[in-house]
Amino acid sequence: MTGAGTWSLDESDYQKITANLTSLLKESNARCALLVDRTGQLLASAGEQLSFDPTAFASLTAADFSANDQLAKMIGEPEFASLFHQGEKESMYLADVARKVILVVLFDQRTTVGMVRLRVKQTVVDLSALFTEMFRRAAAADSQGAEQAGLLEGAEDEIDRLFED
Amino acid sequence: MSMINYASREINCKLVYYGPGLGGKTTNLEHVYGRVSPETRGKMVSLATETERTLFFDFLPVDLGTIRGFKTRFHLYTVPGQVYYNASRKLILKGVDGVVFVADSQIERMEANIESMQNLYDNMAEYGYDLTKIPFVIQYNKRDLPNASPVADLEQQLNPGWPVEDAAKQKPKPDPWHEGHMLIERVDGTWIERAPYFESVAITGDGVFDTLKAVAKLVLKTLS
Repeated sequence: MTGAGTWSLDESDYQKITANLTSLLKESNARCALLVDRTGQLLASAGEQLSFDPTAFASLTAADFSANDQLAKMIGEPEFASLFHQGEKESMYLADVARKVILVVLFDQRTTVGMVRLRVKQTVVDLSALFTEMFRRAAAADSQGAEQAGLLEGAEDEIDRLFED
Repeated sequence: MSMINYASREINCKLVYYGPGLGGKTTNLEHVYGRVSPETRGKMVSLATETERTLFFDFLPVDLGTIRGFKTRFHLYTVPGQVYYNASRKLILKGVDGVVFVADSQIERMEANIESMQNLYDNMAEYGYDLTKIPFVIQYNKRDLPNASPVADLEQQLNPGWPVEDAAKQKPKPDPWHEGHMLIERVDGTWIERAPYFESVAITGDGVFDTLKAVAKLVLKTLS
């Protein structure tokens, strides 16, 4: 029992993720798609340029999902696997991916919630496989004692310097 | 849970400011927001009630510099302090990499501090996190008030130390921030470790960055 651990997203995972998001947007005619981890960090996005602060958006998305998870438990459901927020012009659809990350799709009147929901279903299956494999790799590296996040190994001096006054 | 994004060349870490209601958690974030240049910080988000009390959380992302070509992005969160908001408080701890406990130094808030500290231990344990094994610092806030308890009393109540079981860690470790104070020492034959502490007046900013830098440094060191 220690802390929350570390994980990393490498270039090739990132490419696969964005390819998935791009094809989802093409098929559903949605505006943009974001992938956010459960702690509120933005992992990737695709589609139209965002007109808002994506970091703040990501933290609120994770909080939204966490709060709804608790509401689900209160009414006797293990979880709400997806959420839909309907606006006058813009709407958003959120779906859980492998209990690790959240897929957020923003769309307007050019498509329908039914279409988005349908296309998200397949993307969730594909992304779930991808993330399950990523986390399996991270866990395997951990159990072999390998430091999966060896990026800062030996960087103590550099860290010290960063925080000097 | 810190996340290293090789695609965007960022290291993302989550810090949570915990503590009793009206202790100064939000004020810490507001000070950081006000002092850091807009290029290195994002938008501050506050989910608060009409009376400005934190309902769910405050959130502020800040970049604290670059290491090995990677931007170090820290996501600062506060929790609602009031006892009855425990459900939302617990949610914020998910995936936390470092914790700052903001204690209210006022003598009449001692009980509230103790209760909140216990609540922090309990909520962390429910996620399977061990507060004694992750970056954790304590900030004694409101040091300027006439009714502030002496630091020694606060330390005794809130930071008495936990036993050091790992033999490799059983050696004296001086507190780099306070001369003559020890973070690891032998007391009555038992090795104990304490969390680093900082004194602050968050409303004027005194001690705010010392606290943030200390916890951020501890978090990055866990990756090295």
